[in-house]
Amino acid sequence: MKRNATSRKYGLVLSKMATVTVCRTNPGGFNFENCKRNLLLEAEANRVGYSLPTATKTGTTICGLVYRDGVILGADTRATEGMVVADKNCSKIHYISPNIYCCGAGTAADTEMTTRIISSNLELHSLSTGRLPRVATANRMLKQMLFRYQGYIGAALVLGGVDCNGPHLYSIYPHGSTDKLPYVTMGSGSLAAMAVFEDRYRPDMEEAEAKQLVRDAIAAGIFNDLGSGSNIDLCVITKGKVDYIRPHDEANKKGVRTGDYKYKRGTTGVLTKMVTPLALDVVEETVTTMDTS
Amino acid sequence: MAATALMPNLGLNVCANSDLVPDWTDQEVSTGTTIMAVEYDGGVVIGADSRTTTGAYIANRVTDKLTPIHDRIFCCRSGSAADTQAIADVVTYQLGFHSIELDEPPLVETAANLFKASCYRYREELTAGILVAGWDRRKGGQVYSVPIGGMLVRQPVSVGGSGSSYIYGFMDSNYKPGLSREQCLELTAAALSLAMERDGSSGGVIRLASISEEGLERRVILGNQLPRFFTR
Repeated sequence: MKRNATSRKYGLVLSKMATVTVCRTNPGGFNFENCKRNLLLEAEANRVGYSLPTATKTGTTICGLVYRDGVILGADTRATEGMVVADKNCSKIHYISPNIYCCGAGTAADTEMTTRIISSNLELHSLSTGRLPRVATANRMLKQMLFRYQGYIGAALVLGGVDCNGPHLYSIYPHGSTDKLPYVTMGSGSLAAMAVFEDRYRPDMEEAEAKQLVRDAIAAGIFNDLGSGSNIDLCVITKGKVDYIRPHDEANKKGVRTGDYKYKRGTTGVLTKMVTPLALDVVEETVTTMDTS
Repeated sequence: MAATALMPNLGLNVCANSDLVPDWTDQEVSTGTTIMAVEYDGGVVIGADSRTTTGAYIANRVTDKLTPIHDRIFCCRSGSAADTQAIADVVTYQLGFHSIELDEPPLVETAANLFKASCYRYREELTAGILVAGWDRRKGGQVYSVPIGGMLVRQPVSVGGSGSSYIYGFMDSNYKPGLSREQCLELTAAALSLAMERDGSSGGVIRLASISEEGLERRVILGNQLPRFFTR
């Protein structure tokens, strides 16, 4: 974490001195004691050679851009668990409200549940106000929730939508900071995608060109980042209409095998054949019912 | 970040299980930064660079670190992006509520004290260095500095952020009381340009704002228009 290098060192010394004498019983707010315990347990496990099961991360390339008529969100479809692909075609563009969608990178469970919670709260809020929800509202709700959990919810999001004030696009980081920009990328493949955006983005693009640009940005992530792969999903949001295109581009179709390791019958010549029937009687039969409820 | 600070001797990097996910995806977003605020007779001039970093990657190269808290009061944010955004949102709410209760524009000192209250109470959990600057009827243009730890001090000119180390000398030698608004703007632009040149965590464009009784004027100096010095 980049900070003022000199003051960081002094700051750490002073804070150590300060905390030794202060004893706070229960200052209220969240208690992260269990997180500390978990980290120690993991260190212990690593020391004896075991590794705890990792949460499914979405590796990921996600991006969004604002064009003439609205917002386009794009995502790849690979979910990884360590070095193994857990899901070859997962959906990373989540529904928030009829006019707002959100791409999620980071821990798959965290992005899924966070977007579901905010979608639910936003629907109630929308019924309360009697209006279509605004992207800024969704942004506030997401950033306040993520800040409350101090970065332990590993959800990096690209939030986009069109409301009464026009098209809006936000990037939201796990610690709760947000940036409002015309084009954003997130995830392990974000550098590859950002390179494409920085080269070809222009304000007020037409829909076809904008879709092609988002497709190319995600493709750059898919082919150059190991954490991203499979297909490209797109979501085009305009005033009054949402186009959820899944998949927009099957960039990694499974090919047909040209050869087979199975040998045909008759490859090995048969010299002799001897059949000996074994006469077996049923001695005992037990049935155990399985509880499949 | 708070959790890792409390356990300095873990040794192993236990978080990076997956080799597929690079380091900077786990890093907290920091505003790196150079920020500056100068008082002049009748108002204040504030300025900031526009770079936000996550580790070695620039997450946002056109950040606006000059955040409005009220009509004539701004804050310049440095440190953790999440922490400073959250604090600024809280103070904006508190100050707005207070101003409605008072039925009067709030004092800059009030805003500064609200920042101090949050930054000091949660000093162990937060990383936020903030400059509060604005104009009010009682004391005119004022600059208050609330650095990491939650101190509050009023200064005629103040710099902050990682890039500030490089411009203390420039500021000490070039600032004098009684500068005009234009001179303050030039001084701020020059100082920020020098800091951005030397500090890796600062860069992008220079955002300037001047606040006075009449109102607010915002300016952006793009990369190719930055003040030039001998080494550039």
